[in-house]
Amino acid sequence: MPLLEIHNLHASIQGREILRGIDLSIDAGQVHSIMGPNGSGKSTLSYILAGREGYTVTEGSVTFNGQDLLALAPEERAAAGVFLAFQYPVEIPGVSNATFLKTALNGVRRRRGEKELDAMEFLKLTRARCRQLGMTDEMLKRAVNVGFSGGEKKRNEVLQMALLDPRLAVLDETDSGLDIDALRIVADGVNALRGPDRAMLVITHYQRLLSYIVPDRVHVLAHGRIQRSGGKELALELEARGYAEFGIDEAA
Amino acid sequence: MKPDAEDYGHLPPGLPWLEALRTEGRRRFAGLGLPTPREEAWRFTNLGALDRLPWRTAPPDPVTVIPPDFLPSVVPAGEAPGPRLVFVNGTWRPDLSTPGPLPHGVVLTGLGSALSDHPAVVEAHLGRLAAVDGHALIALNTGLLASGALLVLPAGAVLERPVELVMIGAGSGADRPLAWHPRLLVVAGAGSRATLVEHHLSLGGDPACVNLVAELFLGAGARFAHYKVQRENPASFHLATVTGRLERDAGYEGFLLTTGGRLSRNEIRLVLDGPGATARLNGAYLVRGRQHCDTTTLIDHAHPRGTSRQMFKGVLDGEARGVFQGQVLVRPGAQQTDGHQLHRALLLSDHAQIDAKPELEIHADDVKCSHGATVGDLDEDALFYLRARGIDRDRARSLLVAAFINEAIAEITNPTVAAAFESLADGWLTTG
Ligand SMILES: Nc1ncnc2c1ncn2[C@@H]1O[C@H](COP(=O)(O)OP(=O)(O)OP(=O)(O)O)[C@@H](O)[C@H]1O
Ligand SMILES: [Mg+2]
Repeated sequence: MPLLEIHNLHASIQGREILRGIDLSIDAGQVHSIMGPNGSGKSTLSYILAGREGYTVTEGSVTFNGQDLLALAPEERAAAGVFLAFQYPVEIPGVSNATFLKTALNGVRRRRGEKELDAMEFLKLTRARCRQLGMTDEMLKRAVNVGFSGGEKKRNEVLQMALLDPRLAVLDETDSGLDIDALRIVADGVNALRGPDRAMLVITHYQRLLSYIVPDRVHVLAHGRIQRSGGKELALELEARGYAEFGIDEAA
Repeated sequence: MKPDAEDYGHLPPGLPWLEALRTEGRRRFAGLGLPTPREEAWRFTNLGALDRLPWRTAPPDPVTVIPPDFLPSVVPAGEAPGPRLVFVNGTWRPDLSTPGPLPHGVVLTGLGSALSDHPAVVEAHLGRLAAVDGHALIALNTGLLASGALLVLPAGAVLERPVELVMIGAGSGADRPLAWHPRLLVVAGAGSRATLVEHHLSLGGDPACVNLVAELFLGAGARFAHYKVQRENPASFHLATVTGRLERDAGYEGFLLTTGGRLSRNEIRLVLDGPGATARLNGAYLVRGRQHCDTTTLIDHAHPRGTSRQMFKGVLDGEARGVFQGQVLVRPGAQQTDGHQLHRALLLSDHAQIDAKPELEIHADDVKCSHGATVGDLDEDALFYLRARGIDRDRARSLLVAAFINEAIAEITNPTVAAAFESLADGWLTTG
C-alpha cells in the first residue's frame, strides 16, 4: 500500500478550478519530484495536503497511511506525519522561534503519545539540529521568520522538518533563494531524513536540487494535472526543453 | 445612582474644609447626575445598566475575612515584598496591610489616618486636580469620600520596591449591591522615585461598583510609575478617573491592564505642566462575553518640550465592546512637543466591537504629533502555519494573541511588573 495516494483530485479556489484530476501515489522510502510551470497548481496541491482552508475539493480523495487525509485538521495531519516546507514561510512577530519550535514539537509528540521534552532536552536537540544546518542559536531567540533572509527562512523550514520527524515531507521550492553552499547544506539535511519509512515530495523548478536529492520519480504538473511522469532523467529533459510540449511557454 | 441621606450618613465626621468639599461634591452631583451617551465624552459608554441597580454606599467593613493567599502581589513568592495596603469593600484594612519599611519621611497610609496624622498635606492637595465642577464621577466620589490612600514622597526620596494597593470587592450578602468611592492621593516631591501597583479584584461573584478618583502631583524631575490591573468579576462596575500634574522634567509611566468587570472606564487626564515633562501611558485589555471596556485619555501639553507616548492594545472576544478615546492637546506655546498615540485592537469574534476615537488638537506650530488606530482579526496565514506544525487551534490562537498583547506589556519598564502582567494576560488566554 502506498504511503500517500492521491486519486482524481479536483480542487478550486474562489470558484476557479486549479487542480483538475491529480493522480499520484508515493510509496514509503521514495522521493518524488513535481516540476511544472508557474501557476500550474503545485503550491495549491501542497497546501491541500497540509490542510489549509480556502480550497474546495470537488472530487477525488487523498489517503495517507490508510487514513482519509482530507478529514483531518492541519495539526492532526502534522501529528500523523505530514510536513509541508512552505514556499513562503510565514513571519510571526512576537512569537520567538524557540517557543514556536518547542510548542510545535511537544504538540506533535503529545498527539503521537510520546513524552514531551523539557526545556533542557528541547534545547539540546534543537542546538544540535541548528548546527547541522548552519544556523546560529541567535536565530532561535528571534521572532519566527521575522527579519530572516530568504535563505534563513528556508533553513528554518528544514530545521522544523528535522525536529518534527515527519513520514511525508512536502518541500515546496525549498531550494529557491538558497545560495550554492546553503543548497548543499539543506539538501544534506533532507537526505539525512531519507529512509525506508519516509517519503518525500520535492517541488522545484530546478534540476540542480535534484542532483543533490536524487528522486525516484519526476512528475510534470501543468493545467492542474500530472501530464507526464518518468525517472530522474525527465528533470534533465525539462531543463533542456521547457514546458512547450505541454502547451505552455514557461516565460509567459 | 442616587445617594440618599443614609449613604451620606456612613461618612466619618470630618474636618470643616473636608465637609465643605463633600457638600460641594454632593451638590454638583445632584445637578449633573450620571453621565449619559448624550455627552460627547460618554458617547460610546452607557451607564444605564449601572444606574438601574439599587446601589448602597459600602459601610465601613473591618471584618470581612480574606484568605491571606488571596492577596495578590507582583513580587514573586520568595522575594521580599514591598509595602502593601489592602482595602476590602472600600475600607482600609490595616490588619491585612503591610505598610513598611519606608525611607525616612515617606508617608503611606489609609486616607482616614492621613486626615488625622497629616491633615495639612491632604488639605493642600485633595480636590486640587480632581475638580468637582463639570465632572459627575469626581463630584460623586468627592461627595461620598470616605476612604483611600495617601502616598507622600519628600524631595529626592527613592522607593526601591513597588508600593502595592489591593482593592477587593468581597460582596455584601445583602440584597443591595455595594458601591464605594476611594480616593488615591500621591504627592511626589522633586526628584523622587516610586512605583505604585494597583490591584482591583473580587472575592466571589457579587456585583460591586468602584468609583475611584486619583490625584497625582509629580514635582520637578520626579519619576512615578503607576501600574494597574483590574480583574474584577463580570458583574462589577469599575470607574476610575485619574488626574495628574507633571511639573518640569517630571516623568509618569502608566500601564492599565484590564481583564475584568462588566463595565470599566479608565479616564486618565494628565497635564504636562512644566517644560520637558514626559508621559508614557500604555495599556492592554482583554475582554469577552458581554464586557465593556472604555479607555479615555487626555494628555494636555501645556509647556514646551513635552513628550507623550501611548500604546494601547485590546483583544475582544464574544460580544465584548471596547472604547478608546485618546485626546492629545497641545496648547499655544507648547513648542517642540512630541506626542504619539497608537491603539490597536484584535477582534476574535464577529460580534465583538470597538469604537476608537483619536483626537489631536494642536495649537502650536513646532510639534511632532501622530496617532494611529487599527482594528484587525487574527492573521489566518500565521494561524495555519502554526497548526501545520502540530500546534492545535486554540493554542495557536493564544500564542498569536499573547504575541499581540505582549508588545504593549513590553512597554512596562519594571521587569517584575512586566512579568506579572504577562502571566495575568496569559491566564486570561488559558481560561475560556
Ligand atoms: N487565493 C487565491 N485566489 C485566487 N487564485 C489563487 C489563489 N491562490 C492561488 N491562486 C491561483 O491558483 C493558481 C495556482 O497557484 P499555485 O500557487 O498553486 O501555483 P504554483 O504551481 O505553485 O506556481 P509557482 O511555481 O509560481 O509557485 C494560480 O493561477 C494562482 O493565481
Ligand atoms: Mg508555488
